[in-house]
Amino acid sequence: MGTPGEGLGRCSHALIRGVPESLASGEGAGAGLPALDLAKAQREHGVLGGKLRQRLGLQLLELPPEESLPLGPLLGDTAVIQGDTALITRPWSPARRPEVTPGGAGGIRASGKKWGGNVSARSSRPKVDGVRKALQDLGLRIVEMADENATLDGTDVLFTGREFFVGLSKWTNHRGAEIVADTFRDFAVSTVPVSSPCHLRSFCGMGGPRTVVAGSSDAAQKAVRAMAVLTDHPYASLTLPDDAAADCLFLRPGLPGVPPFLLHRGGGDLPNSQEALQKLSDVTLVPVSCSELEKAGAGLSSLCLVFSTRPHS
Amino acid sequence: MTTEVASASEVKKESDQLGADATKEKPKEVAENQQNQSSDLEEEKDSQSSPSAKSQSGTQRQKRQKDPSESRGISRFIPPWLKKQKSYNLVVAKDGGDKKEPAQAVVEEQVLDKEESLPEEERQAKGDAEEAVQRKQQVIKVDIEEEKPSVSSPETQPAEEVRKEEREEEKVKEIQEDKSEEAAKRETKEVQTNELNAEKAVQKATKKTKSVQCKVTLLDGTEYSCDLEKRAKGQVLFDKVCEHLNLLEKDYFGLSFQESPEQKNWLDPAKQIKRQLRNLPWLFTFNVKFYPPDPSQLTEDITRYFLCLQLRQDIASGRLPCSFVTHALLGSYTLQAELGDYDPEEHASHDLSDFQFAPSQTKELEEKVVELHKTHRGLSPAQADSQFLENAKRLSMYGVDLHHAKDSEGVDIKLGVCANGLLIYKDRLRINRFAWPKILKISYKRSNFYIKVRPAELEQFESTIGFKLPNHRAAKRLWKVCVEHHTFYRLVSPEQPPKAKFLTLGSKFRYSGRTQAQTRQASTLIDRPAPHFERTSSKRASRILDGALVGVVDQSLMKDSPGPGEVSAYGRGVVSTAIVQDGDGRRDLRSPTKAPHVHLTEGKKNSLRVEGDNIYVRHSNLMLEDLDKAQEDILKHQASISELKRNFMESTPEPRPNEWEKRRITPLSLQIQGRKGDHLFKDILSMTEKHQMAATRTVEEKAQAADKSSHETLNVVEEKKQAEVGKDERVITEEMNGKELSPGSGPGDIRKVEPLTQKDSTSLSSESSSSSESEEEDVGEYRPHHRVTEGTIKEEQEEDEEEVEEEPSQASQVVEREAAVPEASPGRHAGASVSTVETVTQEHVVAPKIPAEKSVHEGAFKQDVSEDTEDEQHKVNGEVSHVDIDVLPQIICCSEPPVVKTEMVTISDASQRTEISTKEVPIVQTETKTITYESPQIDGGAAGDSGTLLTAQTITSDSVSTTTTTHITKTIKGGISETRIEKRIVITGDTDIDHDQALAQAIREAREQHPDMSVTRVVVHKETELDEGEE
Repeated sequence: MGTPGEGLGRCSHALIRGVPESLASGEGAGAGLPALDLAKAQREHGVLGGKLRQRLGLQLLELPPEESLPLGPLLGDTAVIQGDTALITRPWSPARRPEVTPGGAGGIRASGKKWGGNVSARSSRPKVDGVRKALQDLGLRIVEMADENATLDGTDVLFTGREFFVGLSKWTNHRGAEIVADTFRDFAVSTVPVSSPCHLRSFCGMGGPRTVVAGSSDAAQKAVRAMAVLTDHPYASLTLPDDAAADCLFLRPGLPGVPPFLLHRGGGDLPNSQEALQKLSDVTLVPVSCSELEKAGAGLSSLCLVFSTRPHS
Repeated sequence: MTTEVASASEVKKESDQLGADATKEKPKEVAENQQNQSSDLEEEKDSQSSPSAKSQSGTQRQKRQKDPSESRGISRFIPPWLKKQKSYNLVVAKDGGDKKEPAQAVVEEQVLDKEESLPEEERQAKGDAEEAVQRKQQVIKVDIEEEKPSVSSPETQPAEEVRKEEREEEKVKEIQEDKSEEAAKRETKEVQTNELNAEKAVQKATKKTKSVQCKVTLLDGTEYSCDLEKRAKGQVLFDKVCEHLNLLEKDYFGLSFQESPEQKNWLDPAKQIKRQLRNLPWLFTFNVKFYPPDPSQLTEDITRYFLCLQLRQDIASGRLPCSFVTHALLGSYTLQAELGDYDPEEHASHDLSDFQFAPSQTKELEEKVVELHKTHRGLSPAQADSQFLENAKRLSMYGVDLHHAKDSEGVDIKLGVCANGLLIYKDRLRINRFAWPKILKISYKRSNFYIKVRPAELEQFESTIGFKLPNHRAAKRLWKVCVEHHTFYRLVSPEQPPKAKFLTLGSKFRYSGRTQAQTRQASTLIDRPAPHFERTSSKRASRILDGALVGVVDQSLMKDSPGPGEVSAYGRGVVSTAIVQDGDGRRDLRSPTKAPHVHLTEGKKNSLRVEGDNIYVRHSNLMLEDLDKAQEDILKHQASISELKRNFMESTPEPRPNEWEKRRITPLSLQIQGRKGDHLFKDILSMTEKHQMAATRTVEEKAQAADKSSHETLNVVEEKKQAEVGKDERVITEEMNGKELSPGSGPGDIRKVEPLTQKDSTSLSSESSSSSESEEEDVGEYRPHHRVTEGTIKEEQEEDEEEVEEEPSQASQVVEREAAVPEASPGRHAGASVSTVETVTQEHVVAPKIPAEKSVHEGAFKQDVSEDTEDEQHKVNGEVSHVDIDVLPQIICCSEPPVVKTEMVTISDASQRTEISTKEVPIVQTETKTITYESPQIDGGAAGDSGTLLTAQTITSDSVSTTTTTHITKTIKGGISETRIEKRIVITGDTDIDHDQALAQAIREAREQHPDMSVTRVVVHKETELDEGEE
């Protein structure tokens, strides 16, 4: 169990997955995604990886793009990680289930190439359990969601360091939230109704161990109020003009003496929220841009999984 | 149970004696009537409930008698027989009580004639008795099984009596004896049922010798057994156990007994064990009752040790869910505490399966435990325990007491009661949370449990949320747990005892122990060397901590024993934290101070709220904010963060002043017929703030002050009979002749002109109410002052109340007291008293108008100052009352079950007591008794001669269990001004309430308040719901 609140943001590794061409075409997604500039999206993604590795000093694991999984880069939806435990989710969208399907009936994942590179599109049953495998290899305890009735998108889960909030959204249902509670028993897991067609994390995040950052939309404010009611712990809240700006990541790579970082959307994306973010005095701001990826529904919380392989040390 | 007591007392200035007495006694409400100066005070009519077999109500009365001062004044009011009853009661209560527990239904009537000094021999059949009663005074007691009126000397513990009655039983006995003597002197005549007497006598003889063996399972699995006097209270056993355990910080602990495999009840220390157990075996379990949010603030290691033992049980049983890692970590600390540093050799000899680290223990877990154990080298057992607790306290379910329930839609949920409030879980998910400060009221009715919560940010009105519990007992249990937790964690001190309140009848259940703040403070005073104790694994049952004891205490085992607890060595090492913790203690102490900060923000809210309703939880104003460091830090943190950030927490509860004002004002305007609306409002606010600052006591004082003020205000008052049934929480003041509440009172009052009273009552009530069982609350709230009936017993009300009450044993007593008080203006007209029953009316009317307001709330919101003519009021009253009734159900019922209607048969005849049992439709059987006691003189006066009405004022105050309506009328008749005060007190309660005591207290208070007035008439109407099942 870690020290409550203090465990927030501890990380040693970051996991991302490359942007496939299918993301731009929208074919694979099938879900009417707007056209986007693939090159720009890939550039953004590359920059993000660079910041994680160089600016934050994290061990970066990058899974190769999987053309059969246009939304593969949004791997934040596929796992919820706290401490040494990773809960592999069951995304609401059937199209995304392959992202978390344990590599085929026979444990195909065993192949050393899991995310090795040329998995190229095997249209039938792609071996794409990259996320699971990567996490498992790093020593995390993998928990599956076996319940067919449960749906859960990882970006509907907000961990504050002391407790979980699970947004009951279009993508996540009560049963899915319950499995989160079953998985992380040390913590209170509260459900927060999400009124807008967004994930919980798309409009709120943690700006610090005791600071909730949220957008100014009605949905965001409503959710924040709900969380305030549900929590036993006092948090401060910081409201930003843009919802998307609240989708930030509070990270503590664990370097002694170094203040924690806040990975957030930069001024190029969301100029109106930059000033407000300056209010967070205890963190080093690390702006990144993902305005193109955003068109595919991505946010910082979905584009990377950040965790520590030694959460209890 | 519902008890209505309406009393009108007429007091003349001349009666100095009475005044003296009165002062001693605490009257809640006093109506002043001016009568002829010459009028004698002698005649007093008290209606008291006859002691039921169990009830010791008599004792209460007796208490009064004890006081010499009382004897003078009170004697007048209280018939000698009352005194005598004491003696009687003693017998009855103890002996009879035990046997007759089940018989709530049983009502004994004792009638004593003051005049006649007849030996007990003269006891007559009930019928005779009744007749006698009619003549003079009647006392009806309905005892609830649970509550035992202990006879305590009124003087010493007026307020506390209600609560502690039981504890004081012994004292009572002594007192009773004394009283009995006095009674004899006074020539009291008692009439009791022959049967009862006989039984009592028999019982007496037998009882004293009886003792029962209790067995208590301790946290380490050992069993402690001892013999207890059969009628011992829970506290006795608990103290014994704590002594055995050498535990000083015992307020976090409690004894529980298993009512059924699923239901665990806490033994109420203030009540007799036997009555709580009913027929269950005397088997108890020693458990942590209140989990300290920060165990590091405990003073003694031994306390932490017991907490660890409890938590290990909780973890092993699955009550406290943990992740694998946490199981391992906690297990490793357990090993460190019990086995010491990891020793490979020794370790081999231990079978870890002896320890239960988790509900289902795997080899993997054991390996992990051992792995972590190795890392704890050097930790003393005490340190290991501390680390254990530091980790355990963070678990989300730490200290959460879960209760199964269904929501309004029938969905299975769990209600978790914890230090911070009430948590709602569905499956494992927290779906809602109600922090204590947000909860205005907690109540239960039948198997339904309700909380009334403050309006959310954008909402205008409070909302009441209902939950369905498996059964009535479960609902009551949950309610009690809530009351206790709230009191323990949020209040600086337990709610004031009943004394301050007018009728404490409602006192019923309350948390009587120390609060966390108090226990922390007390802990700082602990000055003893750290006690030596030996740790044993909780699993292995054989060891005993102190060495004393039951099971097998083997130090020998300890020494060699490979397996099980060898910890002894460490035990000594552990110890010594006390001093350090003093610091903590201080800190705690401060906490109360801190509280204000938090509240500051909410200040307005609270105040308003207070005004609005009397709720048990109202105290939230006074609640301590969390003592946790975390908050402080957070505050700092927040401060550091820019203004942009608002407190996360704030968003939730914060009622905005504007909203409040709107809300308040609206109702006020509607309600307030007269002027002053704004004025009052302001005052109220100020009051509120004060309240917040001050503890409950303050409130009470204010209340009293208010009473006084009102009292003063009335120059001429006509006698009014208040038929009105006080509704809880409603305070209505009618001012005639432009008399307004005295300034002092003004502030207290909020919306209503009457605010003062309300506050008092409310504040008081709130406290009391909190303690009191929810049933009462509900009832009280819902029931407006319906009845204007004079002198008569109002069955209707009772019925309603009964419904509300739910609890099987309901006794309602109605006492109407008419007192003619000559007061300051003796010279003024004596004479005619006009009975008006108006006051209440307005309120009622208002209530209907404001739909949004729930009837319950009405009291608070609807305070009408009616300057209007009395007549109007009267009219209104009648009508209104009905309205209220109708309304209430709707509100209340929201999610719940229909109210069960009881068929009521009421006999209004004073002397007759009627038992009505309706079996048909209603499940509830009701017994109704009405006793009217009038002093001849007054009656004539009161009779309704028409004089000129100068002023009429009605004040209603409600507490959870008690509603008091005071109607003060000044009349000029034939050049003589007469002030008549009519009080109607409705006491609603379940078994826990001692109606007799409440009645007695009410009368006493009335006297105190209006020393110069005399009590002319007392009518007691008692309705008892006969419910076998109930306690």
